Amino acid sequence: MGLTLIEKILLRASGKRELKDFVYAKVDFCFGNDITAPLALKQFESAGFKKVFNRNRIGFVCDHFVPARDLKAANNVKMLKDFSRRFKIKNFFDINSCGIEHAFLLETALFSPGSLVIGADSHTCTFGAIGCASFGVGSTDLAATMSEGRCWFKVPSTIKFFYKGRMPKWISGKDLVLHTIGKIGVDGALYKVMEFTGPAIRKLGVEGRLTMTNMAIEAGAKTGIIEPDESTMNYLKRITGNKIPKVDIKKLKSDKDAKYDDVIDIDVTKLEPQVSCPHLPGNTKPVRSLKNVKLTQVVIGSCTNGRISDLRIAASLLKGKKVKKGLRVIIIPATPSIFRQAEKEGFIRIFLESGCVVSPPTCGPCLGGHDGILDDGEIALSTTNRNFIGRMGSPKSFVYLSSPAVAAASAVKGRITHPDEI
Amino acid sequence: MIKGHVHKFGDDINTDDIIAAKYLDSQDEKFLGSKCMENIDPGFAGRLKKGDIIVAGKNFGCGSSREHAPLAIKGCGVSLVIAESFARIFYRNSINLGLPILVFPDCSKIKDGDILAVDLAGGKIRNLSQRKVYTCQKFPDFMREIIDSRGLIEWIKKRK
Repeated sequence: MGLTLIEKILLRASGKRELKDFVYAKVDFCFGNDITAPLALKQFESAGFKKVFNRNRIGFVCDHFVPARDLKAANNVKMLKDFSRRFKIKNFFDINSCGIEHAFLLETALFSPGSLVIGADSHTCTFGAIGCASFGVGSTDLAATMSEGRCWFKVPSTIKFFYKGRMPKWISGKDLVLHTIGKIGVDGALYKVMEFTGPAIRKLGVEGRLTMTNMAIEAGAKTGIIEPDESTMNYLKRITGNKIPKVDIKKLKSDKDAKYDDVIDIDVTKLEPQVSCPHLPGNTKPVRSLKNVKLTQVVIGSCTNGRISDLRIAASLLKGKKVKKGLRVIIIPATPSIFRQAEKEGFIRIFLESGCVVSPPTCGPCLGGHDGILDDGEIALSTTNRNFIGRMGSPKSFVYLSSPAVAAASAVKGRITHPDEI
Repeated sequence: MIKGHVHKFGDDINTDDIIAAKYLDSQDEKFLGSKCMENIDPGFAGRLKKGDIIVAGKNFGCGSSREHAPLAIKGCGVSLVIAESFARIFYRNSINLGLPILVFPDCSKIKDGDILAVDLAGGKIRNLSQRKVYTCQKFPDFMREIIDSRGLIEWIKKRK
C-alpha cells in the first residue's frame, strides 16, 4: 500500500520503518506568536525545562496585537524578546522585521517543502501549500517541542479534493476553498488532511494555493497539503531571495496507490465568486445573491489574503475609483516586504487615492484585536478567514468573507458586489 | 468520579465563543475563566458552580489554536466537557492541559440542568436526573497515557 504525502513526511520525521496510529516525531521548525508563545513560555518555565532543543529551529513572530495595542501587548512582546535573549534564540521577529507569521515565515527559508512544522496558531496549516506537513497546535505543545524537539501526532487519514475544469474570470483560491467548505461543512474534514490537487490547482498561483490550505482548518482539517511543483520552487526562490535550499520535489508526492478516505471532484468551470455569510465560514453563497447587503467596513489583508497577488487584484479594481462615501476600507499588506513591493508597483498610491486606509502588517481586526473593531450592528466584508459571532468586535456585528476581488469591488459600491459590476 | 450540573451548548461552539480574542493577552486562568462564553452566554461564569459540566453538540472548540480556551473553561470551574465531537486542536489542548473531556455521540439525550456522575476511566456517564447510564468512546492507549499523567508536561517528565 502506498503512502500519502503527509504520511511520508510523518514517517521520515518519526524515524521508524512504518507508521503506527500515533507518532512522536522530530519537528523541523516550531513557532508561536505574541499571544500563544507567552503562554508557552509560562508552561516551559513551570515545567522546569532548562534548555531548548535547537535555538535555530524555534521562532517567535509578533503579529497579533502589534504594533503593541496597549501595555499588556507590549509586555508580551518583551517577554518573548527577553526569553529569546536568554536562550540565544535567533528567530525573534518584531514588527519591522516580520509581519503576519503565515506569510512572513515563508520569506525566511527556515523550512522548506517536505519539512515537519508546528505552530501555536491554527492557521499554521497554510504551509501545506508548499508541501510541508504543517500543523497548528497549542501553547503546551509548543513549550514541550521547544524543549524536546518532538511532538506527538495521531497519523491522519486524507481526503483528496480534485479540482478540474477551466477557471472562470475572478475565481481565486479563496473562492475554491470557500466553496469547498460550504460543500463539506465546518467539520467536514474533522481530524483529516485535505489534499488539494487536479489541473485547476496546478494552474492556480502559489499564493492562491496558500489561501486554500490556510482555510483547511475552517473545515475542521488537521491540515491542508498540495504537492509542490516547479512553480512552488520558483515562488520560494523569489520571496526568499534565493535562500531556499534545493529540494527533490519528485519525492514529495502521494503514491498512486495511497489510501484516501474519500475523493471529491469539484468542477470549477461554472463557479461564481463565493461569500461566507455570518456566522460560520461554511455558510457560503454566490456573490450575486447578496447584492443587497450594505457594508460599514471592508478589510483586505490577513494570513489568508494579504499577499502581493491579493493586493494586485484589489489595486486593479480600485485604480481611478473612489471607495463609497462613509465606508471604512482598511488594506493590510501581510509583511513589510509585501508592503514594499506594493509600494514599488504603485498599489499603495492607488489605495490611498481611492480613499482606503493602509495599515502596517498585523492580524489586527481579523480576530477583533485592534485597528478596525466593529460596533453593534456594523457589517464588514473581509478577506480574512473567520466570521464567528463577535470575531471582529461586538457580538452584535456581522462579518462576511470573500476574495480580494469581491472585497475591492464592494469597497467601490458600498455593498456586496460582483467584480463584473466595476 | 466527577459530579455536577449540566450546562448545555449547541453545535460548532468556537474558540471565540469560549474566550474572545480581546482577552488573549492574559495567561491568567482565573481572569480568562471570568470571561468564558461571554459573547454567546453573558453571565455564564457567574452562574456556574464549581464542578459543573459542559455538554455540547458536534465540533466543540472549532477555530483557533488558543489554549486560552480550555484554560478559561478550567479557570471558571468546569470539571468536564462532554461533546458529540471536538475540533482537533481543542481536543489536543485539553489532553495536553489535563482538562477532562469525553466524546459521547448522543448528547441530545442529556438536558440542561441534569446532574451527571461520570467515571472518566471507565467512560461511563450516569445521568442521576434521568436515571440512565451512557457509555462513551474510549481514548486510544497513547492518549490515555498522557491523560493519566495529567497532561503533556508530566508525561514528558515521566519519559525522561
